[in-house]
Amino acid sequence: MGRSESRAVTTPVPSRPSDTLPHPAARGMGEGRGGGLDRRATFRWLYLPPLLWLGLFFLIPLSLMAAFSFRANIRGNLLQWWTPTLAHYTSLAATGSYWRLLGISALMAFGVATIAVILAYPVAYFLAFRAGRRAGLYLVLLLIPFWTSYLLRVMAWKLMLGTEGVINSFLQYVGLIQEPLTALLYNRNAVVVTLIYVWIPFATLPILAALQRIEPNLFEAAADLGARPFQQFRRITLPLSLSGVFGAFFMVFIPTIGEYVTPLLVGGSRGSMYGNIIQDFFTKAANWPLGSALSMVMLVTTLLLVFIATRIINIRDLLE
Amino acid sequence: MNGRGRALPLSLYFFGLIALLYLPIAVLFLFSLNANISLSFPLKGLTLDWYEKLFDSPAVLRAARNSLVVAAGSGFAATILGTMVSILYLRYQFRAREFLMALAVLPLIVPYIVLAVALLLLFSVVNIDRSLWTVGIAHTVVALPYVVLIVASRLAGFDPILEEAAMDLGADYPTTLRRIVLPVIFPAMVSAYITAFTVSFDEFALALFLAGTEPTFPVYLFSQLRFANRLPVMIALAVLLMLVTLTLVFISERIRRAE
Repeated sequence: MGRSESRAVTTPVPSRPSDTLPHPAARGMGEGRGGGLDRRATFRWLYLPPLLWLGLFFLIPLSLMAAFSFRANIRGNLLQWWTPTLAHYTSLAATGSYWRLLGISALMAFGVATIAVILAYPVAYFLAFRAGRRAGLYLVLLLIPFWTSYLLRVMAWKLMLGTEGVINSFLQYVGLIQEPLTALLYNRNAVVVTLIYVWIPFATLPILAALQRIEPNLFEAAADLGARPFQQFRRITLPLSLSGVFGAFFMVFIPTIGEYVTPLLVGGSRGSMYGNIIQDFFTKAANWPLGSALSMVMLVTTLLLVFIATRIINIRDLLE
Repeated sequence: MNGRGRALPLSLYFFGLIALLYLPIAVLFLFSLNANISLSFPLKGLTLDWYEKLFDSPAVLRAARNSLVVAAGSGFAATILGTMVSILYLRYQFRAREFLMALAVLPLIVPYIVLAVALLLLFSVVNIDRSLWTVGIAHTVVALPYVVLIVASRLAGFDPILEEAAMDLGADYPTTLRRIVLPVIFPAMVSAYITAFTVSFDEFALALFLAGTEPTFPVYLFSQLRFANRLPVMIALAVLLMLVTLTLVFISERIRRAE
């Protein structure tokens, strides 16, 4: 569309319900300021690709998974119609071990997220208030481990905790133990320790962002009114950083509850999580419908928890 | 806020934690230089053999190349799609506005294992063989939220008055996007691209389900973990790749600072 043409489009075109005419509140982009037809034509080009991509590769697969969870088995053509059955959900509901494992996974995620946040808080506080001009450098220093390959960091813990690993051979070398400790690796504690390690740098970021948003004037006012440092922390810093704390908690909790890789590497059979049974049903056991049902339970649980979280914290705060 | 004396315990804590965070990475680095196959103290000797052996093993290098290709491609797709969503969300008013945003950020909330099996189902149903393409598609989906968060926050901080000015002067909207909006958000897009790149490059949970005969580096690494004698070579390559990632991150930081 030529320039002169677009200039001519000054009369507002009646809008369809879902249309693109700038809302009066849309940041002052009034109609008739060249924001007419070409703006609406552009809309389609901007709108369709992401919608198609997310529809095809996000919504449809998840819906397909939901549909498969009602399928009796995967015999025959995958596309052929099947009579929905609740068999997998009833067997799932009757199998206590699935629920126990889901509970354990949620508990592990809760523990990992809580400890990671507690350990990360002083780090964020240091970076926000005490590190001074070097804060940027220190932040990079903190984040380098996070930018290191995830699989590799998990593997590093395997090298640390194994019977021939660093901790054992070091303890034997200095003579503290004679036999290697086998309790270090291949259990849930190893998974929890590794995951806390993995998430600490990441958990620092939302807390740091929240702390940096606090008005410095508040501290001066508090000090003028005679608040001691600890009172300042308890009455100002902590309450104002809570959004960041909750944000950090959920940013760790959500990926952790669905973990299956870390348990695979450092957890062994005694350290497996809910994600591992889903993986088993899609690989070894090849029972896709039951695996889909288990996946649905995981998906619904996670979305429910996030929904509760958004009641507590304002997601928009995290966007900044 | 108050005296410098009080900063000491905090900085001790900070550097203590940093030391702990670097310890396993240092262990890996030592391992890649260790003359012995197993890492036990005291070290038997140091060597660069593993780095040399790296270049005799085409499968390892091929896996690394695959990862680079997937990360470059999916990062690009995610950056374009995410920028589109950001512009729509902040510059247009339409009924599905909040829905589109929610949809674009949702992959952040869906556990990877769930998305992995769902995509596996989709590709099986429509008979698409698993390949680097399927991995790349999945990575584009999970990288999208990061791109949207980075680009949208930049665009939100940019006053639309400049765009209005351009259009008052007769530019049509596509021209305004190209000449005004894109240059302004370009640094954020580069930063988003690098983030998307590193998300994909490092991703294992999805790739394990969706990679076909051509493994990405993490998938290959995982398949080699059973063989103790292959481990030092893998770690040597991983150390090299880590340097690549770090370089990218530093470049992205510099660009962000330069703004």
